[in-house]
Amino acid sequence: MNSKRTPLDLVRAEPEPAHTATFDGTQLAVLPGQTVAAALWSAGVTAWRTTRGTGEPRGVFCGIGVCFDCLVTVNGRPNQRACLVRAEPGDDIRTQHGTGHDDSAEGRGHES
Amino acid sequence: MSRNPYEASDVHDVHDVHDVHEDADGGAAGRSLAVIGAGPAGLAAALAAAVRGSRVTLIDAGTQAGGQFYRQPAEELGARRPQALHHQWRTWERLRDGLADQIATGRIIHLTDHHVWCVERLDEASGFLVHALRGPAQEDPSVVRADAVVLATGAYEKVLPFPGWTLPGVITAGGAQAMLKGGLVLQGRTAVVAGTGPLLLPVAAGLAAAGAEVAALVESAGAQDVARHARNLAAHPDKLVDGAGYVAELMRRRVRLKARHAVVAAHGDGVLEAVTVAALDRDGRVAPGSEQVIRCDTLAVGHGLLPHTDLAETIGCRLEGPAVAVDDEQRTDVHGVWAAGEATGVGGAALSLAEGHIAGCSAAARLAGREPDPRAWEEAAKSRARSREFIASLDAVFAPRAHWAEQVTDDTVVCRCEEVPASAIREAVGELGATDARTVKLLTRAGMGWCQGRMCGPAVAGLTGCEPVPSRRPFARPVPLGVLARAGEDLPDE
Repeated sequence: MNSKRTPLDLVRAEPEPAHTATFDGTQLAVLPGQTVAAALWSAGVTAWRTTRGTGEPRGVFCGIGVCFDCLVTVNGRPNQRACLVRAEPGDDIRTQHGTGHDDSAEGRGHES
Repeated sequence: MSRNPYEASDVHDVHDVHDVHEDADGGAAGRSLAVIGAGPAGLAAALAAAVRGSRVTLIDAGTQAGGQFYRQPAEELGARRPQALHHQWRTWERLRDGLADQIATGRIIHLTDHHVWCVERLDEASGFLVHALRGPAQEDPSVVRADAVVLATGAYEKVLPFPGWTLPGVITAGGAQAMLKGGLVLQGRTAVVAGTGPLLLPVAAGLAAAGAEVAALVESAGAQDVARHARNLAAHPDKLVDGAGYVAELMRRRVRLKARHAVVAAHGDGVLEAVTVAALDRDGRVAPGSEQVIRCDTLAVGHGLLPHTDLAETIGCRLEGPAVAVDDEQRTDVHGVWAAGEATGVGGAALSLAEGHIAGCSAAARLAGREPDPRAWEEAAKSRARSREFIASLDAVFAPRAHWAEQVTDDTVVCRCEEVPASAIREAVGELGATDARTVKLLTRAGMGWCQGRMCGPAVAGLTGCEPVPSRRPFARPVPLGVLARAGEDLPDE
C-alpha cells in the first residue's frame, strides 16, 4: 500500500530546512516556500477562521485567492489570504475571529 | 526573474511610470505590449509577440510563471521531479525555456507577484496603464504603461452549493490541485472527488499519486451523456487518450468511479467527516433510496470553470455569455486589447496555447503598424478550431446536473462570505418579487462580501431562475483606500 507516500516523495523533493512559526501560540514547522495555508495543512490544521455572522469554522476553499474563505491573522494583520501569503520564519499566525479586528496587534496579549 | 527598474515603487513615484523597456533600448523603445497572466495563454502570447519584435511586459500574480495549469512548487521545496504532478511537461519546458531566453535578451520583462486590479485605457496615443498591487501584503502600488494589452487572466472554479459545503475539508477540485502542485501538501488522508467535468480526473489521479486514499470519484454525467456525443468526441481521439489514461490510472489505484452520481451533502462537526453520495436518475434527480455515506476528510468538488473577466469588463470589452468576446485574431472590441485562454471561454491548456499564440502574433504585427497575415498562425488556428469543437462536446456532456437545487436545504449557506442561507434567496424571489440577480443581491446581500459574488453567483442564478449576469466589478481585487485615493496623481501628461 502507499499509505505513507507523500507529495514530497512523489516529486522527490529535497526541501531546505524547516523554519518555525507559531499558530495560536503553538510552534509550527514550516518548509520554506510554503504558504500559510500549506504550512497549516502540513500540521493537520484545516480551519483557522470563524465567520462574522455565525462563528462557523472555515479554511481553504478555492486555493487560488478568489474566495477569501481562508482569511487569517498574521503578525497582527487580519484578513490575509492564507493561500497566497508565504509563511515566514517567526510569523505569529492566529485564528481569525469574525472581522479579525478584535485580535489585531494592538492590545492583544500573546497567550493563546 | 527580472525586476522592472522603472516601475513606480510607491504612489509618489507614479510620475515615473514608463514604458518599462524604454531605457533597455537606448530610449528608442518601440511599441510595448503588456500581457496579463503567465499561464499557458499569457506565456504563448508573450513569446509570440517577443519573437516578432514587440517589447513585452509579462505581469502575473504568481511567484513563478505557469499559471494554474503549470503551477510550480516553490523553489525552496527542491522538487527534483515536479513533472510527476503535471501533464504535458515538455510543453511547459518549451514555454519556460523560451521565457528565460526572451528575458535574457531583454524582450520580455517578467513581473511576478503583481496582482493587477485595473487596466486603465488612456487615449489612443497613450495606450494603457496597468495598475497592480505587489508584495505579500499586496499594498504596494505599481503601474505599467503599455501601448496594447493581452488579457490572459484565466478562470476560477464554479461550485454549486449543497448542505455542508462550507465545512473545512471541503475544497474546490482546482484548489486541492493548486495546494498539491504549489505547496506539495494534502489536506487529509481520505478524499472524495466530486462534481462534474474533465478537471476531476487529473485531480483525483494527482491526489492518489501523492498518497491520498481516493475513496471515490463521483461524476454527475453518465455513460448516456457520453454516448449522446460519442461521434463528436470520437473525432478527437488524441484528446480522448488523455482522459482514458487518467481513468486507467484511477482504476489501477482502485479508485471507485461513480458516474451519474452526486455528492448531495457533506457532514461533520466543525470539520468534514463524511459525504452522502446518491445515484441520479435519467433526469438528473436523486434516485430515492440510493444514498450512501462515504467517510472522508477531504472533498474536492467542482462543477466546471468560469472565465476571469473583471479586467476586460473594466476596460469595456464586450462579453459573450460569461466570456470575453474576441474575433479571429483574438482581438476584443476595444482597440488595443486582445484576450486569450480561459478568459475567452474555458477550453483547457491546448486551446489557451493556440489562442495565446495567435493573440501574440496579431498584437506584434499591429503594434508594428502592419496588417497581420493569418497564414502566420495557420497551425494555431487549426488547433484552436479543433479544440473549440471538442470543448463544445465536452460542455454538453459535463453540464452541471439538472435539479441540483432540490438538494439545497433552506438552511444551506449559499453566499459564503455574507452567510446568506438559501431560504433568504428563495424568499427574495418568491415573496419579495425579485426578478433579477441584482435585486436578489440588494435584498439578501448575497454577492456583497469579500469575493464579490464569484463563489455564489452561479448558485444564486440557479436557485432563483434569474439570468446569470456579469457582475460589473469596478476592480478585480480589493484595493487599499490609500492606493485608490492617490491613483491618478501626477500621471504623465503625454
